[in-house]
Amino acid sequence: MRFYEFEAKQALARRRVPLPKSELARTPEEAEAAAEQLGGPVVLKSQVLSGGRMKAGGVKFTDSPAEAKQAAAEILALEINNLKPAGVLVEERRTVEQEYFAAVTWDTRAKRPVIIFSDMGGIDIEEVAEQHPEHVARMHFSPSRPFPDFSAKLAVANVGITGGALNALSRMVAALAGAFIDHDLTLAEINPIGRLDDGSFVALDAHMDMEDEARGRHTALLDELGIDDPEARKARPPTQFELDAAANNDADPRGIAGNLVEFDGNIGLIIGAGGGSLTLFDAVRAAGGKPANYCEIGGNPSVGKAAGLTKLVLSQPGVDKVAVMMSIVSNTRVDIVARGVIKGCIEAGRDPAEAIAIFRIPGSWEEEGFVILDKYGVEYVDRSVSMHEAAARAVAKVAG
Amino acid sequence: MSILVDRDTTFIIQGITGREAVTMTRELLDYGSRLIGGVTPGRKGRDVHGVPVEDTVRAFTEREQVDGAVVAVPPAFAPDAVNEAIEAGIKLIVVVTENIPRRQVAQFVEYAKQEDVRLIGPNCLGLISPGKTRLGGVGGAAESTRVAFQPGVIGVMSRSGGMTTEIANSLSEAGLGVSTAVSIGGDAIIGSTYAELMPLFDADPETKGIAIYSEPGGRAEYELAEYMAESGSKLPVVAFMAGRFMDEMPGMRFGHAGTIVEGRADTATEKITNLAAAGIAVAERIEEIPQRLKERIEQIEGAS
Amino acid sequence: MAMFIRVDIDDAVRQDGDLCKQLIEVCPVDIFTLDEGGRVSTVEDNVDECTLCDLCTDAAGDGVRVVKLYRE
Repeated sequence: MRFYEFEAKQALARRRVPLPKSELARTPEEAEAAAEQLGGPVVLKSQVLSGGRMKAGGVKFTDSPAEAKQAAAEILALEINNLKPAGVLVEERRTVEQEYFAAVTWDTRAKRPVIIFSDMGGIDIEEVAEQHPEHVARMHFSPSRPFPDFSAKLAVANVGITGGALNALSRMVAALAGAFIDHDLTLAEINPIGRLDDGSFVALDAHMDMEDEARGRHTALLDELGIDDPEARKARPPTQFELDAAANNDADPRGIAGNLVEFDGNIGLIIGAGGGSLTLFDAVRAAGGKPANYCEIGGNPSVGKAAGLTKLVLSQPGVDKVAVMMSIVSNTRVDIVARGVIKGCIEAGRDPAEAIAIFRIPGSWEEEGFVILDKYGVEYVDRSVSMHEAAARAVAKVAG
Repeated sequence: MSILVDRDTTFIIQGITGREAVTMTRELLDYGSRLIGGVTPGRKGRDVHGVPVEDTVRAFTEREQVDGAVVAVPPAFAPDAVNEAIEAGIKLIVVVTENIPRRQVAQFVEYAKQEDVRLIGPNCLGLISPGKTRLGGVGGAAESTRVAFQPGVIGVMSRSGGMTTEIANSLSEAGLGVSTAVSIGGDAIIGSTYAELMPLFDADPETKGIAIYSEPGGRAEYELAEYMAESGSKLPVVAFMAGRFMDEMPGMRFGHAGTIVEGRADTATEKITNLAAAGIAVAERIEEIPQRLKERIEQIEGAS
Repeated sequence: MAMFIRVDIDDAVRQDGDLCKQLIEVCPVDIFTLDEGGRVSTVEDNVDECTLCDLCTDAAGDGVRVVKLYRE
């Protein structure tokens, strides 16, 4: 779950990271008042959960409150990568003499958090790492012990920084690492940190991602930041279909029948599990099919949950049939899913034999499951029909 | 031979009275695994399908040899359960639980490493050495498991629990069979990666080839490619890469927690290129894996 | 309404307080509950969730029967 810049900056402010003065505006009038209050030239930045703000026209520099009002109106109306801004951040504009990059993230190979620091900030860090490796320092630290401040110092010192700058920057990096660990973030980044003409350092932009699985542990922080729309914070805003599927999934803790993503095809997919869904979605596309959705079932979802998902997918405009397919199941049970999808069809007022294009879930309790499918006349195949083959059959059936 | 486990491996299940663990218990007993006990705090004195339940891990380790533990407790309690097993001296821990935040995973992974504990998972279905034993639910019901996992010569490693069985089944149908299959887990941080398990397969005289299931996200495939280049491993490896469609959708999460395209290196396309450069064949469909392996094994055997 | 499973409970079982409690405790999908008279009955919404684990029939012997409607 990604934070807006202004939220990430609030989280940093709690840790005494120096920031330029700023105010969040939700209307052009509020932006004008903020510019007035801040005095002098300001920068206005779209608060949008997308990169590439500058290129898209989501950042503007102004010299007067009237100009700020005009610029805010333009920014607030601008969607970037199909995402609407939550507001515009009006920030005092300072003279920056040098820019630095600081980030903390997980190195999944080392299985530890890593600090990445560079004295060449503001630009793409991967590019800097390729072309100027001596300007990028990486420092791993233990996820278990209290954060060692010296790791932050080492990261800064390793690009050749000393003197007062070393101490000021180390404090900022340590604070960033503290936020990363305490809030279960997967990325905490300040890019750039600016050294101002008076020699002080401020965080000019900030980016934070919190791990979805850990959200429940950080309600105090989320409440303080006023974050109450976690579902909306994805790479693109969720559709109603996706929200309904999430609600169906969340209503019952037993197993998973969700993670639904909407596409504009005509073949409904009830597929699983994690890896099976990826394989089957590829397989449907490889067979020339157009999926109406991605989803995952697994972990032995309850009958009610599988039924709810089936009903939902069948309710989509343009979807006449669903393909129910999984890799050979271990803990998920064929009979339980068979009960669920049949129940879902019937509750949707459909004949399962006609609404289910194919049922390919071999594995645990398949004999029991196949008896149920026989009873309702649903076409099914066993493990001798591969996932790719089953997907191709389903695609052919939907095409008529 | 097999890796990590053999016929005599004894183990317990932590969280044995949960809905999934009760089923798993029966399936493991039916398969012939030496499941000697289970732990659920407050349930001491009960039994699950005849398997005794205790309040603590130590209750078992103090009176008998316990080689392994399967952790199947809810995510909020899983890190503590793992730490309890490590502290009690158990050297092989399989974490089935999913949705554990990665900071906590990294913490118990670090603890396990310090104590020389082999950790598999989290978010996995465990491991199986066909005909000998299995730890975890991989394969499901015993009869179904015997069909999909026949004893043989291919080591399987998979980021997906379900696909472990799908791949094993294709190998069994083709007459190759499986030496040991490990569902390594779908999270961003896991206890044992492909590259970390490869040396064990390299040392196993019975294993003649490796099949892996991989996905976009993370760097585990690069680590494996590096291992193959640097170690001089003689085992032919065939990979299957799922989630090719994800390349068009950076930043969207599909599948496992570890499956998200964040940069160019995370994409299926880049990984396929990288694996191929390391001499790892990449199959387009699951059913191609056995044939590709057979060809590679024949090549190697013909050359020696 | 349950479509796939029916659970029949004998009156002898319903009147056995200890056995009623045991049924409620062993069922992993909460099919059993106590009615107002303190006798065990089934929760209609949960009956189709039955995992066929046999823990209830193990506890109650012939007094509880799990019927698979799709086999009839």
